[in-house]
Amino acid sequence: MIDPVTGSRLQFALTTIVHIIFPVMSMGLAPFLIYFTWKDIRTGKAIYEQLRRFWTRIFAVSFVVGTVTGLVLEFEFGTNFAAFSTTAGELFGGPLALEGMMAFMLEATFLGIFVFGRERVGNVLYMISAVAVGLGTWLSAVWILIANSWMQTPRGYELATENGQTIVQLVDPVAAYANPRFPWMFVHMQNAAVESVALFMAGLGAYFVFRHYVWGYPVENVRFWETTLKFGLVALLITAPLQVIHGDLYAQHVFQTQPQKFAAMEAVWETDSYVPEYIVAFPTSLEDLLNPRAKNIFGIGIPGGASWLASHGDPQATIRGLEEFPGPQPPVAIVFWAFRIMVALGFWFILLAVWGGYRWWTGDLLEDDLLHKALMASTPLGILAVELGWIVTEVGRQPWVIQDVLRTSDGVSPGLTAAEATATLAGFAVVYLGLLVLYTYVIVRIIRAGPPDVDGASRQESPETPTSEAGTDD
Amino acid sequence: MTELTMPATLAAEPLFGLPLSDLWFGLVFFIFGMFLFLDGFDFGVGALFALRDDADEREQLLSAIGPFWDGNEVWLVVFGGTLFAAFPAVYANLFSRYYLLMFAILGALIVRGLAPEMYEQRHDEAWQRWWGRAFVVGSLTAPFFLGMFTANWLLGATTIVTLPGVVVGLAVVALTVVDGVAFLRVKTRGDLRADLQTDGYRALGAYLGLIVLTLGYVYAGVPALRSSLFSVPVAALVLATLVLAVVYAVATKEDRYYVAFGAAAGLVFALVGIVAGLMYPAIDRAGGLTVETAIVSTLPLNLMSIGAAILLPLVFVYFGVLYSAFSGPIEAGESY
Ligand code: HDD
Ligand code: HEM
Ligand code: HEM
Repeated sequence: MIDPVTGSRLQFALTTIVHIIFPVMSMGLAPFLIYFTWKDIRTGKAIYEQLRRFWTRIFAVSFVVGTVTGLVLEFEFGTNFAAFSTTAGELFGGPLALEGMMAFMLEATFLGIFVFGRERVGNVLYMISAVAVGLGTWLSAVWILIANSWMQTPRGYELATENGQTIVQLVDPVAAYANPRFPWMFVHMQNAAVESVALFMAGLGAYFVFRHYVWGYPVENVRFWETTLKFGLVALLITAPLQVIHGDLYAQHVFQTQPQKFAAMEAVWETDSYVPEYIVAFPTSLEDLLNPRAKNIFGIGIPGGASWLASHGDPQATIRGLEEFPGPQPPVAIVFWAFRIMVALGFWFILLAVWGGYRWWTGDLLEDDLLHKALMASTPLGILAVELGWIVTEVGRQPWVIQDVLRTSDGVSPGLTAAEATATLAGFAVVYLGLLVLYTYVIVRIIRAGPPDVDGASRQESPETPTSEAGTDD
Repeated sequence: MTELTMPATLAAEPLFGLPLSDLWFGLVFFIFGMFLFLDGFDFGVGALFALRDDADEREQLLSAIGPFWDGNEVWLVVFGGTLFAAFPAVYANLFSRYYLLMFAILGALIVRGLAPEMYEQRHDEAWQRWWGRAFVVGSLTAPFFLGMFTANWLLGATTIVTLPGVVVGLAVVALTVVDGVAFLRVKTRGDLRADLQTDGYRALGAYLGLIVLTLGYVYAGVPALRSSLFSVPVAALVLATLVLAVVYAVATKEDRYYVAFGAAAGLVFALVGIVAGLMYPAIDRAGGLTVETAIVSTLPLNLMSIGAAILLPLVFVYFGVLYSAFSGPIEAGESY
């Protein structure tokens, strides 16, 4: 049996880690779908109709799975974190209710028209539906991130007693909801979603381009896949550098507002200045392997790098070590490695974007098989980076569920038994594995079936190098 | 200056001196009613799916709810959100007290949500048979568990499985079939529409029987609620249920499809109203909370009220646009 606290934490981790995949797909696809719909309506070109219809199918499936997994999260605050919900409900419930009324309603109703209604409604209403769906996905991020950012940097509240319990009372809504973490989180998250979808598109396009031009297999609708690859690359060229730039500024903000988390990200135990940024770190002796505070490590570090990151530019800056914070520490290794891998992926995506852009410019985009392979291998890596970023954010905040206000262990439902927690955790492990398998299966089928046949779109092309005018311009 | 005074006045007293805690109690139940009415016909369609084995007819049933069910289900999300925002302790108590039941509801909704999407992905027989079954099971169990949850909430049960819970669960299943029949008779034509008439009568009969049982139980077994049973609003809603049942039956017989659909909606809201009327002024009997003690403080309540006053009318506009874009019957062979 797993105790209720651990069980609830693992279950929340599992269910959000699965849920976030689908919002990332839908938030990331939203701008593309709006653009494809616009071009389809304005130009009537077959390629845009294909792009719109193909990516709408992916969007629709992602949305359905996002809905069923999101509903679970909405319930879980009450089922597993009842003490947290009672304590923070006054601040936390509002954003969730507004998310439902403002964002999900907009998205779910217009999605019906967007997916099923092309033949039934006119161009204007159809275009409005595309925008409403996209806006709905982004607005849901606004509200959920307002809720989450408040848990990281709580403001605008007072502690009060109600029905014999200590609760967080809202006193200044502007300070609470426009809290300092929110803009960072929103920009970093939404850019990450678009970047992840860009990688997904580029990887998928690269696969078919590779099959066609490198292996010489006949691929149906190869022009469609070329265009997909190019759209992915353009979006990657825009988003990848931005992600690293604001990621860097974001890290400084975390250093200022959650020093304990920053110390865990950098695994700094003792307060020090001129702290190196370790790229890898391994204990040099066997017994140190299990000791998180091992001093004898082999590490490759950039001297003063972590101090530089924290202060933006001063390698001598002092970082407060974990030892200065009383009470339990976050699991340092998880936070340290998750942060490193996210950052490494961030740089890798820039490299990919530049490489692909360069090949496009030199006219070898369709022949560079190494580039194709790199892109194919990176198809899911954007989503991986998002998961890691969230692990840094959430695990790094431990032992707090609301930073410096409420401990996670005090937030769990008081009446929850170990048997109940274990039963549902086991249930989710099975059901969500099945869900992921099914989702992958359906997405692969949609990809195999390829874009729909549209009058005027060339279906079959012989393996030859086409001119690269099927680009993003028109 | 205004930044300082705005929250101060908002924190001082309820907007326009309105009885906001009671209004929010009503609103939370209204939203629950919207969910039960709208997603109710989706559940009903799922139940009726079991009775049709013609592949074309099955496609028609799925097409009928295709564009709608997702929007309909959001009312449940909004129910959870508004309960959380207005009565956080009630949300926390209920959801954690009926822990396994809540996950049973979620499991049923996951199956119900995925099944139609999966059903359409492949066209071989075994695949469709299994996803068809999953659709039926999800559509029957979701309202059943929701009914159990409602009964437990009202009666302040401290365990999950109770006899009144089971009876109300079955009543809600029957009600969703009544609702589903009314919806499908608007959306379909021909044999399918004609056949549904009998299903509607049967479901209506079952619903009335189960409701009488439930009310009898409340009268005999729950002395604390007996007096509310005879309060004017509850008695009026019980009477309304009988009238609406007659309207439904007559309209169904005379093929007045929209009237029957309206009567089905009325039946759902009457049931939700009865539950709310019996419960008030308590809101969480087992946790000892009343509407007055469980409501959030004035500032967030005022802010939420402004938000809801702006957003809910917009939501009705969205639903209006959606339902009018897909108004009228699904034609043969049309799968949107
Ligand atoms: C494509 C995905 C992606 C990539 C390439 C990066 N990030 Fe990121 N990062 C995320 C996706 C992400 C995220 C969407 O998963 C998070 C979780 C919470 C958030 O706001 O964004 C995140 C969180 C996050 C945090 C934790 C914030 C907190 O604790 O609240 C920091 C400090 C950074 N990022 C910094 C970076 C840096 C310095 C990067 C590269 C040099 C970087 N990120 C690349
Ligand atoms: C979707 C991206 C997210 C991911 C992948 C994620 C991941 C996680 C993980 C791994 C934990 C467990 C941490 C631990 O106990 O060690 C957790 C906990 C939690 N998260 Fe998130 N989270 C996400 C977004 C959110 C958002 C948006 C909210 C709030 C609006 C939220 C609220 C919580 C709460 C209440 C807990 C439980 C208490 C705790 O363990 O701190 N999470 N999350
Ligand atoms: C960074 C974290 C998160 C983001 C950006 C996010 C965003 C989204 C988006 C865009 C959707 C629409 C469905 C889709 O497109 O797949 C969605 C669905 C949903 N999410 Fe999340 N989500 C996050 C985490 C959470 C958490 C922690 C909760 C818990 C309250 C939650 C609750 C829901 C619900 C209830 C739905 C279903 C809405 C519907 O029925 O349409 N989400 N989420």
